[in-house]
Amino acid sequence: MKVTLFATCLVDLFHTNVGKATVELLERLGCEIEFPEAQTCCGQPAYNSGYVKEAKEAMKHMIRTFENAQYIVTPSGSCATMFKEYPHIFKGDSEWEPRAKALADKTYELTQFIVDVLKIEDARAKLKGRATYHTSCHMTRLLGVKDAPMKLLKNVEGLEFVPLPNAHNCCGFGGTFSVKMGPISEQMVDEKVHHIEEVGAEYLIGADCGCLMNIGGRIARQGKPIKVMHIAEVLNSR
Amino acid sequence: MAMKIGTGEFKERVDKGIHNSFMRSAVAEAQDRLRTRRLEAAEELGNWEEWRTLGEEIRKHTLENLDYYLWQLSENVAKRGGHVFFAQTAEEANEYIRDVVVKKNAKKIVKSKSMVTEEINLNPVLEAAGCEVIETDLGEYILQIDDHDPPSHIVAPALHKNKEQIRDVFKAKLDYKKTENPEELALHARHTLRQAYLTADVGITGCNFAIAESGSITLVTNEGNADLVTSLPKTQITVMGMERIVPTFEEMEVLVSLLTRSTVGQKLTSYITVLTGPREQGDVDGPEEFHLVIVDNGRSNILGTEFQSVLQCIRCAACVNVCPVYRHIGGHSYGSIYSGPIGAVLSPLLGGYDDYKELPYASTLCAACTEACPVKIPLHELLHKHRQVIVEREGKAPISEKLAMKAFGLGAASSVLYKLGSKMAPSAMNPFTANNRISNGPGPLKAWTETREFPAPGKERFRDWFHNRQKGGEHQS
Repeated sequence: MKVTLFATCLVDLFHTNVGKATVELLERLGCEIEFPEAQTCCGQPAYNSGYVKEAKEAMKHMIRTFENAQYIVTPSGSCATMFKEYPHIFKGDSEWEPRAKALADKTYELTQFIVDVLKIEDARAKLKGRATYHTSCHMTRLLGVKDAPMKLLKNVEGLEFVPLPNAHNCCGFGGTFSVKMGPISEQMVDEKVHHIEEVGAEYLIGADCGCLMNIGGRIARQGKPIKVMHIAEVLNSR
Repeated sequence: MAMKIGTGEFKERVDKGIHNSFMRSAVAEAQDRLRTRRLEAAEELGNWEEWRTLGEEIRKHTLENLDYYLWQLSENVAKRGGHVFFAQTAEEANEYIRDVVVKKNAKKIVKSKSMVTEEINLNPVLEAAGCEVIETDLGEYILQIDDHDPPSHIVAPALHKNKEQIRDVFKAKLDYKKTENPEELALHARHTLRQAYLTADVGITGCNFAIAESGSITLVTNEGNADLVTSLPKTQITVMGMERIVPTFEEMEVLVSLLTRSTVGQKLTSYITVLTGPREQGDVDGPEEFHLVIVDNGRSNILGTEFQSVLQCIRCAACVNVCPVYRHIGGHSYGSIYSGPIGAVLSPLLGGYDDYKELPYASTLCAACTEACPVKIPLHELLHKHRQVIVEREGKAPISEKLAMKAFGLGAASSVLYKLGSKMAPSAMNPFTANNRISNGPGPLKAWTETREFPAPGKERFRDWFHNRQKGGEHQS
């Protein structure tokens, strides 16, 4: 199956290992990966800050870039959600609304694609240790992908899974919120880290680099012995 | 108390909130308890999503035909011998109520809980007219005796206080000598308030839902205080926001179910009272005179705009009870009697952006509020719309942010600029980088690195790795 990868800007620039793991994992699961080099960012940083005009330019560029794809797969629940929002944002625009809808219809978050399209729940991964999972807000509430990551993680050999208390509460990332509202963001991420510690997790797993950068950044600053992994990296562990 | 509360800049208020550990543990505890109870109460119905859809449809239909239902309501109130007054502004509402009170030569007024009377700042007006005004909702009563501490939650106004703090207030302000035991505290308040009901000349209430078909008002409480406020004094004044209306009893029933389950996770509250007009011949209690004051105060300006759905709100506070930002900063940080997500949407609309421009940014857009709302107000989308208005129409965004976003727009819309920028990033960040991380970043990164490490951009971008790998012929397609 031919898959067009939307790596996301965070993966392209900062979390290259997540991109590599996504490619290797999907290839192992029988996909052929294509990466359109013109891709940039989904536009979310500008859009969420209220700069809709600027964001729309980025969005149009992404629509053009992915126009020929059959399946667009991205290792980010939040960026997938943004693609899914495009038709709503271009509503009433006779040229761009249908093109945005076509893009949205073929966009999948990584675990959603593996479980719903490839129909695979066991990625034959192995990772030894005690782990908990952070349900990112956009992926869970807006994209509605709740079960797919759980199904896949359950089948990881050696992984002892513990639920995260107060998992429903946001980690405090929120894009520009994390810098605009730094002190509030700090309290939110501290509570999240507290719960991760409370269950004695060696690994914190997530499916969005934004949240992981936030939680991981706080864990690193505090020097806590918790390893932060993207779910693509977990599923690619053998 | 007007809508605006507290002093100081938003950042200072937040700082105060974050450092108030009593308040924070009280809020976190209440949130966790109320959230669980709400989910259980919703679960019990079996088809909660259908109920939400129905709630949304009722509210939308009512708002789209608000002029008709307001006309029907006022006709029916008048038919039953009540008086109706439409107040366009807070001042008009206060003036009307003061005139009624003065005409009645009233000295003592008992009030049941009403956010709209807080919004229009009614109590000082009545006090200036020589009246003693007594709040009878236990939470409001606690705040009133504590030198008018402002409410921090739209349903549980004294949520920010724990029982020990309430005991201390009672000891300092009342003749109270007992413990922090809630039963003892409530009993003491009850004794005092009973005397007030019996001697009050006027009772003032809010209104959960007015029913257009009958000219009735619905009051939902757990304390029964509203029933005493409306049955003992000779004159009753009910104050309602102009959108708090339903067409018939049938819709009221649906919305009350949504309200009580969403607010406190109860199937029903202890008291749900529907009152129609003044006492009629043969009635054993009820007021001799009934006034309904319908307050606009900026609401009609919201009708017909992209923010109209905020008027669907039934003031259940489910959004407040799940908000992770409210959890850490508490209600007073919002600087408005309307706090949490609903407050962050409503306050700038009713009070203007000058006082409330930070509120739409006090959210991660996590959508917990939208998910919890029983009448499906897309709260996180409305917060986003506010940001768009602040940037595009109000021009209130900082210049540095505007420039950064302009650059973002250009960069993300052009693969050439993006590639160039991303290639330059590692060397630009080099002076700040150690061990592949940035611990003390420049510009907007500074706020991040004050509390967290930031990953340094890699020399090899993902796209370089992929490109080289393809070129290596390993996986050519």
